[in-house]
Amino acid sequence: MSLLLPETEEALAAEIARAHAAREPLGIEGRGTKRAMLRPVQAARTLSTRNLTGITLYRPTELMIRARAGTPIPEIEAALAENNQQIIAEPPDLSAMFGASEAATLGGVVSTNLSGPRRIMWGAMRDHVLGIRAVTGEGEVFRSGGRVLKNVTGLDLCKLLTGAHGTLGVLTEVTLKVLPRAEATGTLAIRVPDAARGVAALSAALGSPYGVSGAALLMDGHAPMGLTGTVALARIEDFRESVTYRMGKLREELAELGEATLLDTAASHSLWRAVRDAEPLGATPDEAIWRISVAPSAAPRAVIALRAAFDAKLLLDWGGGLIWVAGPATEHAHGAVMQAAAGGRGSFTLFRAPASLAATVPVLPEEPPPLAAIARRVKATLDPHGLLNPGRMRA
Amino acid sequence: MISLPAPKPEILARRETILADLRRLLPADAVIGEEIRMKPYETDGLAAYRQMPLAVTLPRTTEEVAQVLRYCHANGIRVVPRGAGTSLAGGALPLADAVVVGLMRMNRIKEINLDDRYAVVEAGVTNIGITKAVEGDGFFYAPDPSSQLACMIGGNVMMNSGGAHCLKYGVTANNLLGVTFVTIEGEVLEIGGNHLDAAGYDWLGLITGSEGQLGMVTDVTVRILRGPEGARAMLAAFDSVEVAGAAVDAIIGSGIIPVALEFMDKPCIHACEAFAHAGYPLDAEAMLIIEVEGSNAEQDMLLGKIRDICARFNPISMKLAESAEQSLAIWKGRKGAFGAVGRISPDYLCMDGTIPTGELPHVLKRIGEMSTQYGLGVANVFHAGDGNLHPLIMFDANDPVSFRKAEEFGADILKLCVEVGGCLTGEHGVGVEKRDLMTAQFTTRELDLQRAIKTAFDADWLLNTAKVFPLADNPKLAA
Repeated sequence: MSLLLPETEEALAAEIARAHAAREPLGIEGRGTKRAMLRPVQAARTLSTRNLTGITLYRPTELMIRARAGTPIPEIEAALAENNQQIIAEPPDLSAMFGASEAATLGGVVSTNLSGPRRIMWGAMRDHVLGIRAVTGEGEVFRSGGRVLKNVTGLDLCKLLTGAHGTLGVLTEVTLKVLPRAEATGTLAIRVPDAARGVAALSAALGSPYGVSGAALLMDGHAPMGLTGTVALARIEDFRESVTYRMGKLREELAELGEATLLDTAASHSLWRAVRDAEPLGATPDEAIWRISVAPSAAPRAVIALRAAFDAKLLLDWGGGLIWVAGPATEHAHGAVMQAAAGGRGSFTLFRAPASLAATVPVLPEEPPPLAAIARRVKATLDPHGLLNPGRMRA
Repeated sequence: MISLPAPKPEILARRETILADLRRLLPADAVIGEEIRMKPYETDGLAAYRQMPLAVTLPRTTEEVAQVLRYCHANGIRVVPRGAGTSLAGGALPLADAVVVGLMRMNRIKEINLDDRYAVVEAGVTNIGITKAVEGDGFFYAPDPSSQLACMIGGNVMMNSGGAHCLKYGVTANNLLGVTFVTIEGEVLEIGGNHLDAAGYDWLGLITGSEGQLGMVTDVTVRILRGPEGARAMLAAFDSVEVAGAAVDAIIGSGIIPVALEFMDKPCIHACEAFAHAGYPLDAEAMLIIEVEGSNAEQDMLLGKIRDICARFNPISMKLAESAEQSLAIWKGRKGAFGAVGRISPDYLCMDGTIPTGELPHVLKRIGEMSTQYGLGVANVFHAGDGNLHPLIMFDANDPVSFRKAEEFGADILKLCVEVGGCLTGEHGVGVEKRDLMTAQFTTRELDLQRAIKTAFDADWLLNTAKVFPLADNPKLAA
């Protein structure tokens, strides 16, 4: 497979224009760390943004940072850390999950709209994309949004391209809203008897006035940090005095739900990094991984259904609204996941699977025909010959 | 003056037939054709513009909305969606050959789920109505545009409305889970749901803020949040705009994200004080209102930190509210800012550009110069944390020269916002008001791309025609 490595946006646009003229499909990636996500791409050549790097504008007091799409996430995090700031959505580092040896790029994380535990309080990756520069499937550069925090000028193509997996255009530069990093972090870990009572504990925590910024449920047998059994985790990030006060109040209010332990800042950081990267899921390299999104109260029933259907490994985040599932890469297991999502009126993603499975099943829910027709017309607008990452999201 | 496209004569000629058809499709009281009864719908919050529509429909269900859109689509009739009609940008201004589809009768709250923290409401429920329905349990709906008593959630979705508290809680787009969306063909689609981040393309994100260009929204699933234990405000006044701007930078740089951070300039302070008697310092060139949340002790801690930061910038005065009542008093002037300006000037235009916050001193200086040049007063309020500027240009609508100058002045301010790295509109939307300024922010090709996305949803350009996109060079609107 040959790799195109343009070093400027102009060169990238020229490559796409050439591919457009030749009707040649292109794989689109940053550093390819999530190449195995969703469906395999049908293209002989791949265009990478890995050489489009560098932070181009960072204004800490304006809560914004702008960088070229190929900039590695750790480079951005390091620059932000110097000013005590962070990427708000806490995007996971999935290099272990996908067996990648490098860190992900900004463009890759935005194109896949990956958000971590903080999504439950502070929003998804797509909520913080202030502006983009991108190239259409015809090789044309365009901008949407800008660098300011509030902007409703024109149609929001930033959101359309975020999470589009490179199929509607190639991001060349992204501007993100950022926020201060909290002075301290605390975690309340509550031993619960089962998923239903775990989700109820998380709902109680999220329904409290204490600003819970992480709410996850570790299922039996995969708990890191010496936590065993089924454990509900509620995180608070704030000034030191506030974390102490709020953790105390939360512990008091949730006392009846189970035996509770408090974790300090250092322990919380490593625990939530593990949750963010889905480590407690304990997926083995040969297993498939799914994500199901449902209303939290629908999660316990989904958990029961999945366990009845196959030997499902599970991890819940977002108050129970995000169910990570690992299990055998079979159509049977996939069918059970689709059913569990539909039963909870939710959505699913076949996140990681061998091509043999991913190429034969829908990796995302089907869109109803009128929406699929709109999708085809939107796709035709931005990528008329369907050259960008063909097959990535749908057959 | 902003021009509207020529009405389609064949549609005007068929008005009686169209009215009769609509009356067959909808209950009798849901179709209005008499001029006197259509009067309330001829304008919106941009009251300088008026246009009587062809007809007004007030459907009560999603299916009725779908019926009207299906009929209009089949007959090539333009449609103007409408919520409460509070748009300050003319987003709901009718066209002579268009059917207004008003959603104010769709005002039911369909579901409240506190465990999962969402509510499903119809598009005609007011913004405040959502909070009212859940506040007894300690919850609230976060985006709080200043029109929140009147404006409706359907309109909020279409304009991606903001408010004074979005620095912490985000705008409408950040607080939505799903919508029921009706296409111009009358297809009813469920977009998103009652859960976070549906897989696939982010249609919800694209629809939010699309100003009625892509379709109509009839049901909305919003996130509701548990409110904080309490909130309290403080006020800090400075003798220059630059210094107040530096204090804002220092607060944000310290790691505190206040729930609100409002800036008022001298003319605005004076107008508000005369109106509300809030005890604002009249000798100040700039004033900040800063609000924090938490328990009483936490409020004390945060306000203490902010007071110490402001103290480094030689404030003229500072006032920390010691109770919820004192907090309300501090907010009273700000919340009445628009009314206050309305009291000292017969009319005003409220602009809505956003700028990088560091550009504030430069931008206010330029606005001051323009004010002299145009001979029109201006008062500035500013969501200082997020850069959203609201200059209120004072003019006399009965004087055409004054009105023309005010529009030119406003356009110059918005062009300046774009020039310094900002945008034309932070929360009010483009509507008709800023439509022809879009070329200042976007290239023709970028506009073509956005227009092509609209065409993917609305091939005949029947939905809210003549808004958002410049009228010139638009083959879809050629007479």
